[in-house]
Amino acid sequence: MEHHDVIIIGGGPSGLATALALSQAGVKDVVVLERETEAGGIPRHCGHKGFAPYKNFGLMTGPNLARFLRDQTKTLDIRTSTTVLEFTLRGNLRVHSAQGIVEMSAGKIVLATGTRESSRAARLIGGNRIKGVMNTGELQQRVYLNGEKPFKRPVIVGSEWVSYSTLLTCRQLQVNPVMMLGEESEHAAPGYFTFGAQLLGTKVVKGAKLAAIRGRHSVEAVEIEQNGKRRTVECDAVVLTGRFRSESALYASGFLEREGHAPKMTEQFETSRPNIFAVGNVLGHLETAGRCMLQGRELARVLCA
Amino acid sequence: MSERFDIAVIGCGVVGLAILRRFAMAGLKCVALEKGADILSGASKGNSALLHTGFDAPPKSLELVCMQAGYAEYLDIRQKLNLPLLETSAIVAAWSDDEVAKLEAIESKARTNGVADVKRLSQTELRIREPQLAKTARAGLLVPGEHVIDPWSAPLAYALQAIAHGARIIRDAEITRAWRDNGDWQLATPQGTVSARVVVNAAGLYGDHVEALVHEAQFKISPRKGQFVVFDKPAAKLLRAILLPVPTERTKGVVLFRTIFGNLAIGPTAEETDERENASTDTATLEKLRARAIEMLPALKDVSVTAIYAGLRPATEHNDYVIEAHKAENWITVAGIRSTGLTSSLGIAQHVAKLYGKHFGKLPKKLPAPIWTPVPNLAEHAIRPYMKGGEIICHCEWVTRGEIEAAAQGPLPARDLGGLKRRTRATMGRCQGFYCAAHVSATFEKVRANSGQVADLADKNLLPPNESARFLVGRAEARGRKAR
Repeated sequence: MEHHDVIIIGGGPSGLATALALSQAGVKDVVVLERETEAGGIPRHCGHKGFAPYKNFGLMTGPNLARFLRDQTKTLDIRTSTTVLEFTLRGNLRVHSAQGIVEMSAGKIVLATGTRESSRAARLIGGNRIKGVMNTGELQQRVYLNGEKPFKRPVIVGSEWVSYSTLLTCRQLQVNPVMMLGEESEHAAPGYFTFGAQLLGTKVVKGAKLAAIRGRHSVEAVEIEQNGKRRTVECDAVVLTGRFRSESALYASGFLEREGHAPKMTEQFETSRPNIFAVGNVLGHLETAGRCMLQGRELARVLCA
Repeated sequence: MSERFDIAVIGCGVVGLAILRRFAMAGLKCVALEKGADILSGASKGNSALLHTGFDAPPKSLELVCMQAGYAEYLDIRQKLNLPLLETSAIVAAWSDDEVAKLEAIESKARTNGVADVKRLSQTELRIREPQLAKTARAGLLVPGEHVIDPWSAPLAYALQAIAHGARIIRDAEITRAWRDNGDWQLATPQGTVSARVVVNAAGLYGDHVEALVHEAQFKISPRKGQFVVFDKPAAKLLRAILLPVPTERTKGVVLFRTIFGNLAIGPTAEETDERENASTDTATLEKLRARAIEMLPALKDVSVTAIYAGLRPATEHNDYVIEAHKAENWITVAGIRSTGLTSSLGIAQHVAKLYGKHFGKLPKKLPAPIWTPVPNLAEHAIRPYMKGGEIICHCEWVTRGEIEAAAQGPLPARDLGGLKRRTRATMGRCQGFYCAAHVSATFEKVRANSGQVADLADKNLLPPNESARFLVGRAEARGRKAR
């Protein structure tokens, strides 16, 4: 069985920063397993500015940050198109690649699988099951990776940072959203963002809820509920933003203890199992790529201590 | 000059496709016409995917006969078609004194129906079998023969086997007009006019509309909607058996069951509706379903919801299936096939073949050697393509590029993302496309563009000459025209 000192699952900002810091600290045998065809994580398809390495904000675009990370880690063992299917009962990894499935073991395993937005299903939003309902993740991939223009008059649901990032993506497409439905959120962006959105010409409706999505083959309208009343708003797409949840595929089956929707953690990035650590947005809160990189650096320090 | 078929089946749901398969394998020249863009776009799109024994069906009904014949044939052919079977068994669970009292009648009905291996379970036996079940479960009736199957691969396999035996499947082919010419049926569709000696109406949710083309329908379709909530994969290990409720006077109630794809689901509701396609869900009902599931299986409270969907059952005012041959009209009606259709489809096909033999001509006694067309396995518990390598594109369901490319090609390629989903599971997982939808659809569209697919009716002989240009028009254009 293939064995390494450290295996990092996930080649996004936190995973790559962990690998880089470990190798700088002299740990030789580090492998990063990344299921996408290139490393870099979510920033790869965030085409707008706002990113910086090891900083909360900066003027880099997401793809540029991802490229920076790949350059920095060029000499490391980063295996793309490689998917960790599951933990075995012994705590090893069942790993899939083009060649087939192998089992791998490691002295220390780092879970850096990140986060994703809640789907329509997870939010139990009723209506018709049709084309044109997407998360920011799908939208940004369509726009920045595939060069598509998926809609003309979307409704954006959410009031978190990412909701405004979606608005910026729309602006780049020269699309003016019909409205932003500012659902209440514990992670709501500051109020002045609303003002900014309105300056850009997008109506922000607060205290309303998306009740249903309607259409025959693709989205034709949404029903929104406000003060107990329902009304219909015509649109051609719905972008469901935010409500990030830890990507739990590898531990949700009970392999790791959980706290809420994230793995249970100590201050030292330790999970409920010895020698299995977690870092970055898999911890359940949404941080910027720069902060995730700082966390990766911090974890490397812990692992070397 | 147009081609003449022995049989035209209207409707490519599981029932129509099983009938098509049966006649094609008997050596008849068959065609099936589907109104939707792909097969399985009506009632067969969303069901609970269970293989029923018929233990609770009305005794002596045609439904029971077809279910039991279909059940037996499915088990007989499934390995040759590479169709999965998740042997779960079912438990009718009683949650109150009233319900416990009703178990006896259910048990005796099962025995009447020839399902003799049912067994009563005490509260203790229930807990040993299903330790995660809420403590309020009082007793149960075990039905060992109830299983979980793949609702989409089975009909796809029937379709492919029919095609291998020379049958034609034409999609985007809603019947706009039907008339008889020298006794033969002429069926006009946007893809051209098809002529056939005998027509089988298996139009499901539109059965009464199609029936009205020939005579006044003896039934009216009253669609019954069922909503479902699907939980994420960790839920599947919380339950072994299919958990059935004790039925009330009014409804059969909601079922908690594992899916062939490794999830756990609850549903269906039973709601009268006017919708005949594109059934809608509503948040309040979905919340109730989720709450009911947690009530029965408390550990579900920590499991997230992966998918929500609604299906439509083509119910009629009759209790039993409506399957009749109309001799003078060269017409066979197959209607009112409700939630048991997936189980009974192969049995219905046997019954319809008998009706044909009785009224419309003898079927050959000695059938040609069957050609088996195994389909790719999608079941979680059996061997899947990713296990041999390849590039995974859908990360939640572990669907490979090879599978997506294969589904977009071949004798019955997927025509839209819904069809692709049903053939591969792509985007059906917990992220519902957050990571992969863009990549999946780009991969799918690329293969479609390269293979230069046009409509299904790519044979000029089928069409009268003046219509020959129409089938060369791409689907998108045809759609656009229809929309205008």
